Amino acid sequence: MIPGKFDYHRPATKTDAFKLLLDAGPDGRVLAGGHSLIPMMKLRLATPTALIDLGHISELKGISVSDKRIEIGATTTQHELIQSQELFTACPIIHETSLQIADPQIRYCGTLGGNIGNGDPGNDMPAVMQCLDAIYTIESLKGSRQVSARAFYRGAYVTALDDGEIITKISFVRPPTGHGYAYCKLKRKVGDYATAAAAVILEMSGGKVQSASITLTNVSDTPLCATAAAAAVTGTTLEPAAITAAVLAAEAITNPTADGRGSAAYRTRMAGVMVHRALELAKERAGDIGATSISASATGAPKTGKAGGMFGWLNR
Amino acid sequence: MAKSLITLTINGEVHEQRVDDRELLIHTIRERINLTGAHIGCDTGHCGACTIDLDGRSVKSCMMFAVQANGASITTIEGMAHADGTLHALQEGFRMEHGLQCGYCTPGMITRAYRLLKENPNPTEAEIRMGIAGNLCRCTGYQNIVKSIQYAAEQLRIKEAAE
Repeated sequence: MIPGKFDYHRPATKTDAFKLLLDAGPDGRVLAGGHSLIPMMKLRLATPTALIDLGHISELKGISVSDKRIEIGATTTQHELIQSQELFTACPIIHETSLQIADPQIRYCGTLGGNIGNGDPGNDMPAVMQCLDAIYTIESLKGSRQVSARAFYRGAYVTALDDGEIITKISFVRPPTGHGYAYCKLKRKVGDYATAAAAVILEMSGGKVQSASITLTNVSDTPLCATAAAAAVTGTTLEPAAITAAVLAAEAITNPTADGRGSAAYRTRMAGVMVHRALELAKERAGDIGATSISASATGAPKTGKAGGMFGWLNR
Repeated sequence: MAKSLITLTINGEVHEQRVDDRELLIHTIRERINLTGAHIGCDTGHCGACTIDLDGRSVKSCMMFAVQANGASITTIEGMAHADGTLHALQEGFRMEHGLQCGYCTPGMITRAYRLLKENPNPTEAEIRMGIAGNLCRCTGYQNIVKSIQYAAEQLRIKEAAE
């Protein structure tokens, strides 16, 4: 399959990229990892006349972890996210999520900015960024603005990004030490998008949930923030009744389409199951600050605790 | 049509090529440079038969334009054996453990496993299976591929210890 014709550009700075994108007009596209755009171009579902490759702009790369905030450059790859020890220590849900995206080869190319910016409801990072209440820095020749991940997604492939704009950075408040977390994703096989997936971040104190954030992937045309579900567990000990209430509240806001992954009713129910598992796993991990080494899981199976995960059978 | 002059270092040899901007890297490698070891399987980024090693990353070369690789250093299956013709431990492993039947996925499997073992010289079985999750084999059922990679990992560790 041969894509349509285009002109290739390789800028070395952000400013050059903004200029090239503006000059290219509405049919110009930025190219990051390319693993969503190139397949679309092969099918001629995307026919850009100019591609602006962001892969050689060093100011768009990198991970910075401080005591208060975490900042990630937009073209940082999934592989780089997985390999970062300091990111794993500070915010392990990103490591857990990246490992469940596509396959190793694709993770060497695929970027965080591409995953969140494409607007594909099947992408995993948008819900995780909403869970972390992340801020996207969006820049163009006109300047810079910040948009909350929770306000960025308008519909399938429709986002707050305007023509000529590029997401340059993702930042969020560093979750407190000892927070509980989980990203539970049901998929049919490696490389598939989620049938349904749930992200959970929570803080436990004295056995009770102090605060919780729950978000969902691929059960609507945008990621979903399950605020009622989070409210249902706040102040509880995550006893079965509280978890059931959260599951029902999360299922109530889904609006999936029926596809090869299952009927709408099935996918809604699976969103509930993922919320259930993610809450239990996050509870198990909360207060546990022993997660300090990535050596075993950097290229291997995600540590999914008692949820087992895709390769749980291998470890039994 | 937009064309670009690019330089690729493949298996230590420098190649200058004038390519179409829309040309996929696998086509440049196979059809212009005539290295046909990397295969085109699915052409959709699923099967991994076109896997090459590019600047220390395993990459599906059907999912990247040749112009994106301008300046890169690439290893393909043709560059795996040693200069004296002896096989790389992975190639030997695939032979010893019967890690291939039709052989179509093998160049991708070996180049992927090459990077996996560079990053993790002593992988568990689960880590090997996760590590080759981007490579499909429709013959072997993967058992012997996993054994082949385990064989190579052991050989490479013995070699490392001896040096």
